[in-house]
Amino acid sequence: MAEEDTKIEAAAEPAKAQPVVALPVLVPPPQVADLPLLRIEGVGKSFGGFRAVDRLSLDVRAGEFFALLGPSGCGKTTLLRMLAGFETPDEGRILLSGHDIAQYLPHERPVNMMFQNYALFPHLTVHDNIAFGLKRAGMARADVATRVAEMMALVKLEGLEKRKPDQLSGGQKQRVALARSLARRPQVLLLDEPLAALDKKLRESTQTELMELQRRLGMTFIIVTHDQEEAMTVASRIGVMDAGRLEQVATPRELYEAPASRWIAEFIGDVNVFDGQVEAREHHRLTILTRDAGVLVAAAPRNPLTKTAVSVAIRPEKVKLSRRGPIADAAYAQSLNRLEGVVSDVSYLGGLTTYKVRLDSGAVVRSSMANTTRIDMDAYGLSQRVVAWFTPDDCMVLEQ
Amino acid sequence: MSGRRIFARPARFAAIAPYVWMVLFFLVPFGFVLKIGLSQTAIAQPPYTPVFDLTEGFAAIKAAVAALSLDNFRLLVSDNLYVLSYLRSLVVALVSTAILLAIGYPIAYGMARLPKRWQGVAMMLVIVPFWTSFLIRIYAWINILQHDGLLNQILLALHIVAVPVVWLSTDSAMYLGIVYSYLPFMILPLYATLTKMEPMWEEAAADLGAAPLEVFWLVTFPLSLPGVGAGVLLCFIPIVGEFVIPDLLAGSNSLMIGQTLWLEFFTNKDWPVASAVAIVLLALLLAPLLLYDRLQRRQMEAR
Repeated sequence: MAEEDTKIEAAAEPAKAQPVVALPVLVPPPQVADLPLLRIEGVGKSFGGFRAVDRLSLDVRAGEFFALLGPSGCGKTTLLRMLAGFETPDEGRILLSGHDIAQYLPHERPVNMMFQNYALFPHLTVHDNIAFGLKRAGMARADVATRVAEMMALVKLEGLEKRKPDQLSGGQKQRVALARSLARRPQVLLLDEPLAALDKKLRESTQTELMELQRRLGMTFIIVTHDQEEAMTVASRIGVMDAGRLEQVATPRELYEAPASRWIAEFIGDVNVFDGQVEAREHHRLTILTRDAGVLVAAAPRNPLTKTAVSVAIRPEKVKLSRRGPIADAAYAQSLNRLEGVVSDVSYLGGLTTYKVRLDSGAVVRSSMANTTRIDMDAYGLSQRVVAWFTPDDCMVLEQ
Repeated sequence: MSGRRIFARPARFAAIAPYVWMVLFFLVPFGFVLKIGLSQTAIAQPPYTPVFDLTEGFAAIKAAVAALSLDNFRLLVSDNLYVLSYLRSLVVALVSTAILLAIGYPIAYGMARLPKRWQGVAMMLVIVPFWTSFLIRIYAWINILQHDGLLNQILLALHIVAVPVVWLSTDSAMYLGIVYSYLPFMILPLYATLTKMEPMWEEAAADLGAAPLEVFWLVTFPLSLPGVGAGVLLCFIPIVGEFVIPDLLAGSNSLMIGQTLWLEFFTNKDWPVASAVAIVLLALLLAPLLLYDRLQRRQMEAR
């Protein structure tokens, strides 16, 4: 379903100056100029009886920062390894600039990969690691030196050329790996969990640098990650994978605010979910009778529902708490969803505080509220009776 | 407190145990051999002079020390029988080790790339020959290689040769025996290195445009050098001193140093010269031994 909006985008990238060396470069045949840079068509791969990637299709445009997100074992790494050439698809095509590269060997592909553990050659210096791919392409010695110096400057590692990988810190290794994979100016850069080995602070600053670098170079990046925050931060578009299939391909915002399924809603961020039946529909408003939260009014989703059994999902930060409930205007109050209950848990997290409210039905609603003032006289305490409320537009209606 | 004492003593003993071992079973015997190497041969019991006798007082011991000389070592340098023996030993060890590496590396490489469950089987197949006595296996080769042996019978039956070929008592037979006997010592360290090498380096090399052969020579082989070093030294050092295989399979026209030593000791009954031969051999092997030690230490540090 979610794949519609990923197709039909043209590879409108202006022709970049090609390197003077014999790097594997695929020039798009003119008659297929409207193809995206990378088109994955019905690609499947099984290991033994296990279907790692299940007839998956995806388009990635030139200049995109695309993230493949999913739990471990969802097939995202297998897909990436098929793009790099380490695995051969059982079926389907991988079109890069219009050429099917599915059966090409890794060294014949104009794509490069940054490995999860960096895979720096331990017997070579930083300089020789970065120069490795350039020498394989038969680049002249002087050009190699220039390009290596360029890459060292790009990742801010000047002066470390003579070091061996085991004399580098984790962050430095990560930069060398990045420089090495970028040195050949690949048409697509594949990144396999590139920041997983870094600590949180360094990871965040590196994410920003990755984004800047990608924008500056205008290159196409495809990153594989299981960290949804990382995917949301760096990527312009995210493909969420589960069990070898793409569940949804969308921008981070769409993914969060309009997930295609309950599974995605629960996988991306936190969510309150109430199962129920659609009772009535008028003026884009659905009235849904839920088992745990009574009658909820929700905005009808963009795609028409095919079933009446639905789940209503509300993000915790959309759920506000108040002592009595906002009833300033009767007409407005009518359209609000109000759930009464008792605060059963309070977690102060610094920037925000999360509350658990036990409803009279026994169900629990989570609410998180930003701590916008330093001294909050209005904070809610345990066992306080409160109203948790949210608007119909804050409800995401998902088919079960 | 008391806990510390209980553990302190065995720990201290464990630390000095290797040195005690070295002194008792290497340094002291080496001292004996060195002393005999500096003595003169004699028709006596023991067959050399001088003999230290601690009961005869200080003056006698002083005289005995004065009687020691470097004559035997001078003999080793001046008589080219010994020089040639040493040279032949080194050449045989070098050639054998090169053949072993050329055969052992592909086998170890293949083993390391087998599916995990087959690797154990392959390992067993490499080790299984050790279950039979080394000497018996060499005698078996004599049977195969002799004039009317299995090899000649097969060659004759297949009409590849018209008359039996002389295999036994040739250098080829000796190299065959050495390579056959030492192959596991080459394969095992190579296999250990190759099997624990992560595929990510080879993948990274291929990803960066290296064709399969380049991947091997630029990444796989350099990264397996510790295993190559271990295998080479593990074979080279004992082959230099090899005695049984050349004695049983090679001709008698040129001797390896191990055979020369045996002759001096048992046939000529010249213990002092035999001792001198042994000491020079040890000195020759010290260089590769130290190299092996350094390699191992560097590998330990890398971990």
